[in-house]
Amino acid sequence: MIHSLFLVNASGDIFLEKHWKSVVSRSVCDYFFEAQERATEPENVPPVIPTPHHYLISVLRHRIYFVAVIQSEVPPLFVIEFLHRVVDTFQDYFGVCTEAAIKDNVVVVYELLEEMLDNGFPLATESNILKELIKPPTILRTMVNTITGSTNVGEQLPTGQLSVVPWRRTGVKYTNNEAYFDVVEEIDAIIDKSGSTITAEIQGVIDACVKLTGMPDLTLSFMNPRLLDDVSFHPCVRFKRWEAERILSFIPPDGNFRLLSYHVSSQNLVAIPVYVKHNITFREGSSQGRFDLTLGPKQTMGKAVESVLVSSQLPRGVLNANLNPSQGTYTFDPVTKLLSWDVGKINPQKLPSLKGTMSLQAGASKPDENPTINIQFKIQQMAISGLKVNRLDMYGEKYKPFKGIKYMTKAGNLCQFRLH
Amino acid sequence: MSASSAFNDEKGGSSSVGEPEYGHDPASGGIFSSDYKRHDDLKEMLDSNKDSLKLEAMKRIVAMIARGKNASDLFPAVVKNVACKNIEVKKLVYVYLVRYAEEQQDLALLSISTFQRGLKDPNQLIRASALRVLSSIRVTIIVPIMMLAIKEAASDMSPYVRKTAAHAIPKLYSLDPEQKDQLIEVIEKLLADKTTLVAGSVVMAFEEVCPERIDLIHKNYRKLCNLLIDVEEWGQVVIINMLTRYARTQFLNPNINESLLEEGGGGEKTFYGSDEDEDEDEEEKEKKAEVAAMAKRKPYVMDPDHRLLLRNTKPLLQSRNAAVVMAVAQLYFHLAPKAEVGVIAKALVRLLRSHSEVQYVVLQNVATMTIKRRGMFEPYLKSFYIRSTDPTQIKVLKLEVLTNLANETNISTILREFQTYIKSMDKDFVAATIQAIGRCATNIGEVRDTCLNGLVQLLSNRDELVVAESVVVIKKLLQMQPEKHSDIIKHMAKLTDNIQVPMARASILWLIGEYCEHVPKIAPDVLRKMAKSFTNEEDIVKLQIINLAAKLYLTNSKQTKLLTQYVLNLAKYDQNYDIRDRARFIRQLIVPTEKSGALSKYAKKLFLALKPAPVLESPFKDRDHFQLGSLSHLLNAKAGGYQELPDWPEAAPDPSVRNVEVKESVFTLLERVTTLTSVPEWTKCSSREKRKEKKVEKPFYSDSEGESGPTESADSESDSASGSESGSGSEESGSGSESEESEEGSESEEEEEEEEEKDKKKKKKELKKPVPETESEQSSEEEDRKIKRKSKQRKSDSESESDEDEESESESSQSESEDSESEIEVKKKKKTAEMKPPSKPVKKETKKEKKEMSLLDLDDFEPAPSPQVTPVNTFLSNSLVTDLEGLSLSDSVLSPATIAPSSVLKNYELLHRITGEGLSVEYCFSRQPFSPDANMVAVQMQFTNSATSDTKNLHMEDVKLQSGMRVKEFPEIELLSAGETAMAVMGIDFCDSTQAANFQLCTHTRKFFVSIQPPVGELMRPIFLTENEFKKEQGQLMGMNEITEKLTLDAKCRNEHAIVQRVTTAANLSRVPCGSDKECRFAGRTVTSSSLVLVTVATKEEGAAQLTVNCEKMVIGTMLVKDILLALTQ
Repeated sequence: MIHSLFLVNASGDIFLEKHWKSVVSRSVCDYFFEAQERATEPENVPPVIPTPHHYLISVLRHRIYFVAVIQSEVPPLFVIEFLHRVVDTFQDYFGVCTEAAIKDNVVVVYELLEEMLDNGFPLATESNILKELIKPPTILRTMVNTITGSTNVGEQLPTGQLSVVPWRRTGVKYTNNEAYFDVVEEIDAIIDKSGSTITAEIQGVIDACVKLTGMPDLTLSFMNPRLLDDVSFHPCVRFKRWEAERILSFIPPDGNFRLLSYHVSSQNLVAIPVYVKHNITFREGSSQGRFDLTLGPKQTMGKAVESVLVSSQLPRGVLNANLNPSQGTYTFDPVTKLLSWDVGKINPQKLPSLKGTMSLQAGASKPDENPTINIQFKIQQMAISGLKVNRLDMYGEKYKPFKGIKYMTKAGNLCQFRLH
Repeated sequence: MSASSAFNDEKGGSSSVGEPEYGHDPASGGIFSSDYKRHDDLKEMLDSNKDSLKLEAMKRIVAMIARGKNASDLFPAVVKNVACKNIEVKKLVYVYLVRYAEEQQDLALLSISTFQRGLKDPNQLIRASALRVLSSIRVTIIVPIMMLAIKEAASDMSPYVRKTAAHAIPKLYSLDPEQKDQLIEVIEKLLADKTTLVAGSVVMAFEEVCPERIDLIHKNYRKLCNLLIDVEEWGQVVIINMLTRYARTQFLNPNINESLLEEGGGGEKTFYGSDEDEDEDEEEKEKKAEVAAMAKRKPYVMDPDHRLLLRNTKPLLQSRNAAVVMAVAQLYFHLAPKAEVGVIAKALVRLLRSHSEVQYVVLQNVATMTIKRRGMFEPYLKSFYIRSTDPTQIKVLKLEVLTNLANETNISTILREFQTYIKSMDKDFVAATIQAIGRCATNIGEVRDTCLNGLVQLLSNRDELVVAESVVVIKKLLQMQPEKHSDIIKHMAKLTDNIQVPMARASILWLIGEYCEHVPKIAPDVLRKMAKSFTNEEDIVKLQIINLAAKLYLTNSKQTKLLTQYVLNLAKYDQNYDIRDRARFIRQLIVPTEKSGALSKYAKKLFLALKPAPVLESPFKDRDHFQLGSLSHLLNAKAGGYQELPDWPEAAPDPSVRNVEVKESVFTLLERVTTLTSVPEWTKCSSREKRKEKKVEKPFYSDSEGESGPTESADSESDSASGSESGSGSEESGSGSESEESEEGSESEEEEEEEEEKDKKKKKKELKKPVPETESEQSSEEEDRKIKRKSKQRKSDSESESDEDEESESESSQSESEDSESEIEVKKKKKTAEMKPPSKPVKKETKKEKKEMSLLDLDDFEPAPSPQVTPVNTFLSNSLVTDLEGLSLSDSVLSPATIAPSSVLKNYELLHRITGEGLSVEYCFSRQPFSPDANMVAVQMQFTNSATSDTKNLHMEDVKLQSGMRVKEFPEIELLSAGETAMAVMGIDFCDSTQAANFQLCTHTRKFFVSIQPPVGELMRPIFLTENEFKKEQGQLMGMNEITEKLTLDAKCRNEHAIVQRVTTAANLSRVPCGSDKECRFAGRTVTSSSLVLVTVATKEEGAAQLTVNCEKMVIGTMLVKDILLALTQ
């Protein structure tokens, strides 16, 4: 399946290569570089590039291209999904997945890649199994290792691979037994000029951090499970039980994991918690444009809208912007024409606004594109869909765990206001 | 010496200081500047006896490899460390070895012995890792060693090692394709494996080595379907893709009727002027299809196996892994009835929120799907709306999908959406949008004018690219109805003054030329202007100017004759030879001279022929002949190693090929006898309890639909009788959920079959039907009645009337026979009713038994196996035995034979019907002493001749055995006529090992290689011991001879009865009476060496238990522990 992997950084250097079958010359990446040059934006490099003898499948994460070389038919998503899993694992191990981090930990990276694929076919991709095999580097361990000469490679054999619950380590022990669940919902919406919603959907995840001793068997039930329209589960969740009773029943992995991601049925109207009043005009013949933007909260059930960040790609004709925010700070990059305004918290009594003028290229005609505004925000203690966890029970172990559930709503990647 | 060690230390010290520096500044290349020297010190570090130095060196070497630097000259120094104690050093050496072994084959051989040793290690994980590295070394010389290792590992006890063996198969295959045949054998063996761990890997090996051998899948099909949900995600993808192909070859097209309808009403397609030939083709097709439909008339009935696949894959749409979701989606797209395909839409739309690469692939597939099944994605239209943050390639794909989804009802919203896209700053995207509008306009007549007007407005856009793109699209649209739109053409003519994009200019000129009759006044003027600027135009525009001139000359020579001459003269001296050629050619054609031949007469026809409007169609049209989700589909070109998705077969191949395992099922000889007289009570009790339990019990992992499905799949793992049952079982559960229609269908099918095979024996028919249980309730009821009637005839003491209400239940057959039981048994039932239900397979066994019985009855077929167990035995359930034992009856009263557990005997397949060309052979270990030689294990074989011709001279030949083993052949069977069944017993002395006995089974025409491999539990015979004797013997077999395992009993196996049942099934042992009810004891002797085998199961609270096996033969002991453990925990 996967023949080789090349890691390419933003400047087009191959800084790591790994082969699982016979060695493929790195010159194969030239085809990738060609495609990279053709693409105007880094994310426009096609994920699948055919070359005379191989196919290159790549993903771009953290400004690193992970280029897999394959030789014969294989489902492209298989490779893409695997590459993303590799990145997730690196992130899990090193905290960040940057070129520097990978270079610093090149041996661990190599050991990981060796375990994750056998002859190009995924072998161990569960982070719990991998961590049993190869311990993640920590500052303390690195120091101890350099002094004592001990290793990162676990002494144990990967017994987890033999288990019926491969995602959970055996012999987990904690003094404080805790289970935390974060219900995070994201709103993706497009709102048109007049403020009416074109599309809006809520997509949520439940991320868990479970630190429980032994082999706990958890069940999580919701007050209103019907809200969940489309769900995908961590493999630990018993699908049958969900189908029949709408209860999540699972033996959790140890540590952090994503239990569930869901989509709230589109029948429910989505209330967008912020609104935008805008007035952006360019006058014909004048080298000035007016910019006026006001934000306000809407239907937030008394919760504060925090960490608001507004960004907008202004038309190319704009040379500079001279604006005056009522709160927060703004920046305008004259090269990329990107305006971003870090608003902070919205105070319903005193609505934040950003007003001022834009200077345009002299003599140029009025730009006909209108910008769109992307908004980021967070609302703590609330799930916008109204989803509520009913209870969490534990079976199989005797102790009483500490349980916590947190709700949060935030704007998805695509919360967008169209101004035209 | 001391000096060198001091040097080493020094080096070590310096290097550990040097390391961080190296790590931080990798680009410096400092290490490589003095390559030669550096490598020397690495060598010295590797030679040192300090692990830390070695590790340091290996880390640096691996870093070199990672960067693609050559480290091959270190090979001798590194390979020495292959046996290093330090795990990390060892692992890094492996990394190095695998990377460079190919280049240094001779030296690599030095390491082989280490791995060979590892292959024999008692720890399964070490065995696995040794095999993994050994098979990764690409050195051709070791191919035989690898082959041997793989074969051995394929029959390893540990599933993990077997998984590694499966991984090793493609490695060896790529190294030496000549090993294919041998590897296929291994694959065949591993395909039969029942563990989820192996399934994914072996299917992957299958796909790489022998994807064409689809016949290997038959027997394993149902098992794979049932295991699927528990296989790890990567394996799921591979299995699902393979099963899609498999299903395409084995089942009928579920949309066969609908596809006819589609074609019938397919007038829409021809509307937009495809070639006439095509029309004809289509008509022909239609006719053919109609004829076919007439001929068929047969209503479509979905094969239960087909249904099984669809049902078991559906929950995987909920997977977190996009590849799995995509795999299921393509499976549904290619295999599901039209009405059911819709379920995948939601899951695919969900994937659109994933990484952009995932979106890219998913959108490509959705684009293909929307062409065939537009309705499926229509509800999700808005999910394909484009966001300004999407990368361009995603935007373009989304546009494609939106265009495909556009129809009369939603076109207005889509166009409004398109309108906003046109204002985007991403010009490539704007161009794509304009193209999309053009396509919408061609496809949907109602909005053509609106679109055209919109596009015309765009002509005044300030961006030239937008205008140019619009011109090109308008040109295409105008070709459809030119006469209506002369004003647009005029408007465009004006644009020639401003617009500079060559493609757009060329398009305008072509339009004016083509429709010069509609704009007679403007056209010559345009030509005049163009003639003026001719020399400065791009080539593509020049060509169109010549064309325009020629066309005008032909229609309006008066005004344009001179202009044309002028243009042609200019072109004659152009730098581009294409243009010069064109000018010459046209001059000859249009200007009549003496020399010009007949052609010039037709010049007008040639130039002004009616040109068909271009068909604007999706680039994704017809891409679905590639398997969706595949690389080939994405590239729209066949990738290497792509397996074509076969077309549906005209007629369904024999479904019974998947059926084989049904015969492999578990059943007792004993029961065979008993069912004819009465039903053993424990069976009843189990089935009763079962019904209650079902609702409460939730299976652990599996998510398959039907109620009993999941548990069955769990069962299939536990009992070695394998997936057959699980297959049939879950179908059974499925029959309820299936629609009424299909039920009716299956009935009608049955009828048909009946008609067809009226002349044949009924028994045969029964065998042929894949899964009798899947029949509709009604028919099964009927069946039951038949059985009942028959059994009543037999039973002298039959009494009660049939309870109609009970009959309606699926387990009616059992309840019925309960009714017809004698009173004595009813009493016993009361006794046992208090006990908890025994394991599940029991229920199925009896079900099978029922079929078997009816079969026997219908044929007046005497039960072939000699009733080896006395009838008394049949009435003594295990529980009863224990009860009696509780009364401490002496052994003289209860002979060992009586206590011989009423356990199940498993039937194993020796020769399958297909491979045996009609001859099928099954065997079971009858657990009876083999009279000619007490040291032999009796193997009872059942020969069935299902071919149409007789088989003669059945005998054994060419026995191949491990040293010490002996075989007593069965007497030759002279004649086995068609449809007959015969029994024979042979004896094998396995020498207390689980080595297989290989021999050839010969008929008068053919020879078949077969082998019999005994489970360890069959290598012993039960003996009777008293409690005291047992304790005494146990006391002598302590220490090394005792193996203890802690275990948690399976939930269904927490009572004594169930434990006894399971242990005696797993091993041929007899129960030893015991005072404590917390302990169950069993005793036996191995057949050959008469070594004692003592088993104790001590139960504790909450299902915890301890298993102790005492046996002189440690190997037997270990294997037995494993088998019993498996039996008790699953």
